[in-house]
Amino acid sequence: MSDKKVLTGKHFMHGDHACAEGALAAGCQFFAGYPITPSTEVAERLARRLPEVGGVFIQMEDELASMAAIIGGSAAGKRSMTATSGPGFSLMMENLGLAAFMEVPCVVVNIQRGGPSTGLPTAAGQGDVMQAKWGSHGDYSVVAYAPWSPQEIFDLTVLAFNVSDRYRVPALMMSDEVIGHMVERVEIPEPDKIPYWGRKRPDRNNGHTNGNGRFHTFKPDEDDLVPPMGFAGEGYKMHFTGLTHDESGIPDLSPDVHNDLTKRLIEKIDRNADDIIRFEEYSLDDAKIVVVSFGCTARSARRAVRDARAQGIPVGMLRLISLWPFPEKVVKDLAESADEFIVAEMNLGQMSREVERHVRRSVTGVHHGGGAMIRPETILDAIKEVAHG
Amino acid sequence: MAEAVFVEKHPLDEIIRGYRMPHIWCPGCGIGIAMRAFATAVLESGIPEEKHVVVSGIGCTGRVAGYMDLDSYHSTHGRPIPLATGLKLANPELAVTVFSGDGDLAAIGGNHLIHAARRNIDLKVICVNNFNYGMTGGQVGPTTPVEARGTTAPYGNPELPFNLPYLLAASGANFVSRWTTIHIHEMKKDMLYMFKKPGFTFIEILSPCPIGFGKSNNIEDGLQEMELYREHCQFVKEGEFVFEDLDIDLTKDKPIYVGRFVDRDNPAFEPIREVPA
Repeated sequence: MSDKKVLTGKHFMHGDHACAEGALAAGCQFFAGYPITPSTEVAERLARRLPEVGGVFIQMEDELASMAAIIGGSAAGKRSMTATSGPGFSLMMENLGLAAFMEVPCVVVNIQRGGPSTGLPTAAGQGDVMQAKWGSHGDYSVVAYAPWSPQEIFDLTVLAFNVSDRYRVPALMMSDEVIGHMVERVEIPEPDKIPYWGRKRPDRNNGHTNGNGRFHTFKPDEDDLVPPMGFAGEGYKMHFTGLTHDESGIPDLSPDVHNDLTKRLIEKIDRNADDIIRFEEYSLDDAKIVVVSFGCTARSARRAVRDARAQGIPVGMLRLISLWPFPEKVVKDLAESADEFIVAEMNLGQMSREVERHVRRSVTGVHHGGGAMIRPETILDAIKEVAHG
Repeated sequence: MAEAVFVEKHPLDEIIRGYRMPHIWCPGCGIGIAMRAFATAVLESGIPEEKHVVVSGIGCTGRVAGYMDLDSYHSTHGRPIPLATGLKLANPELAVTVFSGDGDLAAIGGNHLIHAARRNIDLKVICVNNFNYGMTGGQVGPTTPVEARGTTAPYGNPELPFNLPYLLAASGANFVSRWTTIHIHEMKKDMLYMFKKPGFTFIEILSPCPIGFGKSNNIEDGLQEMELYREHCQFVKEGEFVFEDLDIDLTKDKPIYVGRFVDRDNPAFEPIREVPA
């Protein structure tokens, strides 16, 4: 059975399928979802593949239910995932907040299409990146990755499961229709080369219980601020609630408890950011102009940067792989050495604000509302205009 | 005059989080009666306590999860059934009970309720129906009788309510019964029965809500609503009624039918766990 979990070898593979295979390689055993273009192929692949590896697939009645079901699957100890796109992602915001607050690991794949509303069902967008960060009400943290190829959606899906489990945080795969529907070479490693970071488990001898032997479900370890996690059915008699709760999981609605809990949810990600953040740099050593991009748009940006270099323009690219947490340290460092920043993204100006916030100057946005990729020449024109004024 | 007797231990200490008492429920509320029946049934079920999981939604009845000393999940409004679905599918050894209110299960969670019944998934649902939204102060809901009053229907409820047993029967549940909070033995008996019954089971428990529902509808206290049940309840067996008659109208002199309405053995939902040969 285990050999079927990891399809070791070289494949010519669809991005949505590569995402599904990444989930299986990571040990995903439960998927609950609702069909929606352009993410449906993730569900279709897993409907066929999960029974091959002893896992469970269920098609729920809507995305509200899908998101709730994966919280249940994960609470019972199984690596759990759902996949959706814009309208479904909006519905999932309700229980994404619950997962963040109950600190139940889960992976949510969003193959982004153009929005708002029904928008562009079959065409790409990158307009959900701020929703990923802020979409549910209240203060909390999530982790979000943006792959730029089918290979990377495989790799990052594995990472998303690992980060989600390790830090008890929802992990979002913020891909887009271009990557989801792209067919490219995907190399899947041997099973023992797939990284695995498990969940921290309670240890009765390690201060995880109170005087009565009762497990403190939400008592974090001091070093990483992550509480170990017990699973339903193990006899801990745990309580999980969407109400503000104390370290034993019992509701406590006092302002101090609420402030401490929400702060910890954010701080546990900030403190462990080096472990979670991913980015890639291209020809940035002497760059005076930095193009920041991510996902499918980074493919055009990379070409534009190469062409601009050929014309002697000192430009480089920072590709955001983790959108959240935002790689602010590298951006701040670049702000010391570079003069100008260009942000290329398939929305009308979302990540450009985040970059602006960290470089503390105006940035040039190359924005498009979505539907078709931003062309390399559009980004090249922006680079030339910034370079030559 | 009788003297107060102090005891060290309550028979249900093992299964109820005593340190969370006092509970939030108002004097005269019936949720505690239903929870007590459930707690007793859990202890008598023969299923190890660690395999029992209780899932609730939001509202007064939604607080049950927090009071039961079991693995418990207090989910978002309307979503206990899909969360319970994930728990059950990921670990089929668990006995998963959804304990929630009529507003949570039949209004905001109505779609999940009918789809879980359609699948006939092995979940045990206890629905405390108090005819209104109690926690938020007495608004009308999907079970409020027509013309009854609520804070959002000051001139009387212009809408028709759900007939929950009829809805669940039509949706595919294997077991559907209804009792009121005067039927403590019957409800416990049915809870024990549902633990053994494969597939989707649904027990509706009519409960007084003197502060939320009673105050707007000339029902003075919990006891008066219990009296109303006692006067109007009529026990029926399968085949002795038509589902249309299971409508409830507390404001009229009309019988409230209680009993087991559906008890069938349609195959319970099993996901595809391995590739068929």
